[in-house]
Amino acid sequence: MNQWKNFIKGFIKENPVFVLLLGMCPTLGVTSSAINGLGMGLATTFVLVMSNIVIALIKGFIPDKVRIPSFIVVIASFVTIVQMVLQAYLPALYAQLGLFIPLIVVNCIILGRAEAFASKNGVWPSLIDGLGMGLGFAFALTILGSVREMLGAGAIFNYKFIPANSDGILLFILAPGAFIVLGYLIAIINKIKKEA
Amino acid sequence: MSYIIIIISAIFVHNIVLNQFLGICPFLGVSKKISTSVGMAGAIMFVMTLATIVTYLLQYFVLNPLHIEFMQTITFILVIAGLVQMVEIILKKVSPALYQALGIFLPLITTNCAVLGVAILVIQKDFNLMESVVFAIATSIGYGLSLITFSGIREHLDLVGVPKGMKGTPIALIVAGIMAMAFMGFTGIV
Repeated sequence: MNQWKNFIKGFIKENPVFVLLLGMCPTLGVTSSAINGLGMGLATTFVLVMSNIVIALIKGFIPDKVRIPSFIVVIASFVTIVQMVLQAYLPALYAQLGLFIPLIVVNCIILGRAEAFASKNGVWPSLIDGLGMGLGFAFALTILGSVREMLGAGAIFNYKFIPANSDGILLFILAPGAFIVLGYLIAIINKIKKEA
Repeated sequence: MSYIIIIISAIFVHNIVLNQFLGICPFLGVSKKISTSVGMAGAIMFVMTLATIVTYLLQYFVLNPLHIEFMQTITFILVIAGLVQMVEIILKKVSPALYQALGIFLPLITTNCAVLGVAILVIQKDFNLMESVVFAIATSIGYGLSLITFSGIREHLDLVGVPKGMKGTPIALIVAGIMAMAFMGFTGIV
């Protein structure tokens, strides 16, 4: 398969959030600002790339019956690494993302790619696939986070563009905003895809 | 902390789906019919309570004494996955009727982040065993409440004219957003 096509598919055509609707919990939970969305997306990308590589390497040794538990162990190990690294070097982001870092384990995108792609392909295509899917996820989270931050706080990446003494529409930072903004974003993507 | 506060807070104020964003995949996935969402809510309550008890004991009698708290994520997810398998096998033998009702939902629960989320939350909140059990049950009631209400709304949504691009997931998400707004009304009662 063409490696470029393999890489680019995660952004629009098979975007995990907007099209496949996988990994909804972190998508909605952490995107109260663009920077949180990006941080979560990159953490997930790291886990996805590393677990795809390892699973592609060891797929020949795993008996078929214990496939899924073995994948979960590999994924959980990398999540633990991410957890420790973030706690040590980016404690602010770690506190913001909170519970959602250990929950990367149960993000269906990662197990989904392991099962659907890495367990059938070589190391190099799996790496590209993980990178593409992961960055597609990060891309979606950053967009969602930016829209919510712009509407909710009048800022983007912590840079405030409305007068300092005024507030945004708080609702968009709170829980309901997550559902509503994602709903409209998916509707827009559906529309674009139909016209294209 | 009194049990009443834990219960009210877990069901209404910090509703696991609409406020904490856990377990969204089944919330969107199995909520097309009321009957399936009732089954799912039952299965979640069963597994969540059991998993919380087991992981709680594991944390305080294995991980903490050995000082390997960093193994939490790996141990918990494996124990939950194993537990779900075991429950499935036992249920099949002991109570075929219950298995018929819950069976198809059980495998889906392994990757439901609500179960792992609650297991980790009770450790973070320093609950004792009894409080953890109460918290797990109350959380799953809150899950069931929002899931069943949501599926009731979705059944009616099929009958109304929704703009083409909004059909399916987008309108469901916006409905969930409005429900979350309604649940925000409970903020501050505990």
